[in-house]
Amino acid sequence: MQPVATTFFFYFLAALTLAGGVLVITRKNPVHSALALIIALLAQAGLYLMLYAPFVAGVQIILYAGGIMVLFLFVIMLVNLERSQREEQFNKQWLLGIIAATALGALFITIFVRGRAIFPVHIAAVAEESNTQEIGLMLYGNYMFTFEIASLLLLVAIIGAVVMAKKRI
Amino acid sequence: MPDNYFVRYLPLLIHFLLAAALAGAVVTLSWVIGYRRPTRAKVSPYECGITPVGDARGRFSVKFYLVAMLFILFDVEAVFLYPWAVILRQLKMYGFWEMLVYIGIVLVGFFYIWKEGVLDWGQPSARRGEV
Amino acid sequence: MNVGTFILVSAIKTVIALLVLLTAVAYTVWLERKVVGHIQNRWGPTRVGPFGLLQPLADGVKFMFKEDLVPPHVYKPLYIAAPIIAVVCALTSISVIPIGNWVTVGGLRTPLQITDLNIGLLIILGITSMGVYGVALAGWSSNSKYSLLGGLRASAQMVSYEISLGLSLIGVLILAGSFSLREIVDAQAGSFWGFIPKWNIFYGGQIVAFFIYLTSAYAETNRIPFDLPEAETELVAGYHTEYSAMKFAMFFMAEYANMITVSCVATLLFLGGWHGPLFGAAVLQEILPVFWFLLKVFVFLFIYIWVRGTLPRFRYDQLMAFGWKFLLPLAIANLVLTGLIVALRS
Repeated sequence: MQPVATTFFFYFLAALTLAGGVLVITRKNPVHSALALIIALLAQAGLYLMLYAPFVAGVQIILYAGGIMVLFLFVIMLVNLERSQREEQFNKQWLLGIIAATALGALFITIFVRGRAIFPVHIAAVAEESNTQEIGLMLYGNYMFTFEIASLLLLVAIIGAVVMAKKRI
Repeated sequence: MPDNYFVRYLPLLIHFLLAAALAGAVVTLSWVIGYRRPTRAKVSPYECGITPVGDARGRFSVKFYLVAMLFILFDVEAVFLYPWAVILRQLKMYGFWEMLVYIGIVLVGFFYIWKEGVLDWGQPSARRGEV
Repeated sequence: MNVGTFILVSAIKTVIALLVLLTAVAYTVWLERKVVGHIQNRWGPTRVGPFGLLQPLADGVKFMFKEDLVPPHVYKPLYIAAPIIAVVCALTSISVIPIGNWVTVGGLRTPLQITDLNIGLLIILGITSMGVYGVALAGWSSNSKYSLLGGLRASAQMVSYEISLGLSLIGVLILAGSFSLREIVDAQAGSFWGFIPKWNIFYGGQIVAFFIYLTSAYAETNRIPFDLPEAETELVAGYHTEYSAMKFAMFFMAEYANMITVSCVATLLFLGGWHGPLFGAAVLQEILPVFWFLLKVFVFLFIYIWVRGTLPRFRYDQLMAFGWKFLLPLAIANLVLTGLIVALRS
């Protein structure tokens, strides 16, 4: 069986991601921004799925859309909405922001155009049946040290979260 | 049975759309059929018959935010364990020791938050400045 | 099979699954009222139909015709979206759950499952974690003190128990070596010592994980003894205090649909799914697996109701301490032990 409407889904998800991203920074209501971000993250999970990375897609939904955004929403829940809506949306550094964004975009385009010589055009697709297993073998075999460092990172984050919430150190 | 990979997620999408359509239809139908005769008492926020005081959105214990933050961190830990669990048979004892070190380091953090009293919700903190 | 047929078949399967699920939800409510009634020495619903069997229908009609209030103090778009999110998340997670082997209907060979994904379990976890939004947004958008407190409590409780729930699955993943629910069930086929079925609850020492899963799942679905978010003695009705008519009923639908999903997952992961004694004619052999599966799910639903009729509610500090200080270390100990045993054996 042939893939179904792959092109359509790609453009649909990409458009959804971009639209979500734009809405995040243009909405005045922080709850709307958070919801737009959730939609962008979910669409991104769909894109991962299309890149033959179902495990990453699942993790994206669990961690980003279901974990980090809950924290965001928690914080927004106690923000005084009326006040935040009156405040100015963009501060004075918007010009700097646009320059930085343009530079980053130019970098991406340059890498995309010139990088064709460096990167392989077609990435060898990993068999979908063993996607998680392949990730595991890489993570716990070749990149074992990186993986152990991740635990240290988690430890630092746990301590950081507690220290941040304390009134006095 | 289609063995194409992406097509397998199509039924999930169909299911999601049908469920969403159903939920939307139910809400709309209830809106159309149900009668509405609002009075002042009916539409005021429910506060056990007492006139509502102030806005609902106030300040909340920082513990809610701490719990949300710790949830993310431990969720990341759990996610790292999933691919490990699936291939443990191939990794054998090497994989086990690897994970023991990993869990050990995260557990240090766990005991830290335990000792700091982040997980105690009941008792007011004995010393000032605690979480 | 071409694409058109495939889409048609999955659409038909989805419609059937949704109809069955909604009926099951309605009758779980009936069962709960009946069983809790008998536990409390009452009759439960008796008036509408024999044994009150038409009660769910009457309730549904009543909810439809009730006054659908949208108070002016709520934040309208999210106030309406919240119950929809809750229901959609609850109904969607059923799509990766297999209820039996492959069957042949009219020449088409199809699995008794809407779709068999290799990350099935991850999808269920993901959809469960999205379900938090329905509750949190309902509490926030209602702009009422009880709702907000209920929503906050519910989301904090749900995320807390999601960790021990996620960790309790790892023992099963180690034993099965896959995320696919079908493969997890297949790994539990057969028996050991001649007669004890090789279900995860007996084999591989996952009985601890089973209890961790069940306890966390009760907290995830906000059921007694973890129904703090809607503790009526302190919070009126928690996050759905300001809801009426069908929107109120939709939170109930979501709760019971989640209960059914939890029961299905518990059956698949720990009780061997559709495995059970097969006997009799060929037709019976086709039907029996589905029967065993449904029977096990029913047992779980009954336990849910039984627990509700038996246990009192936790205090909030007890609930948080139980999740973080007891279930989480226990789940980690269980997965380390399971890992050690499997690593030593392989």
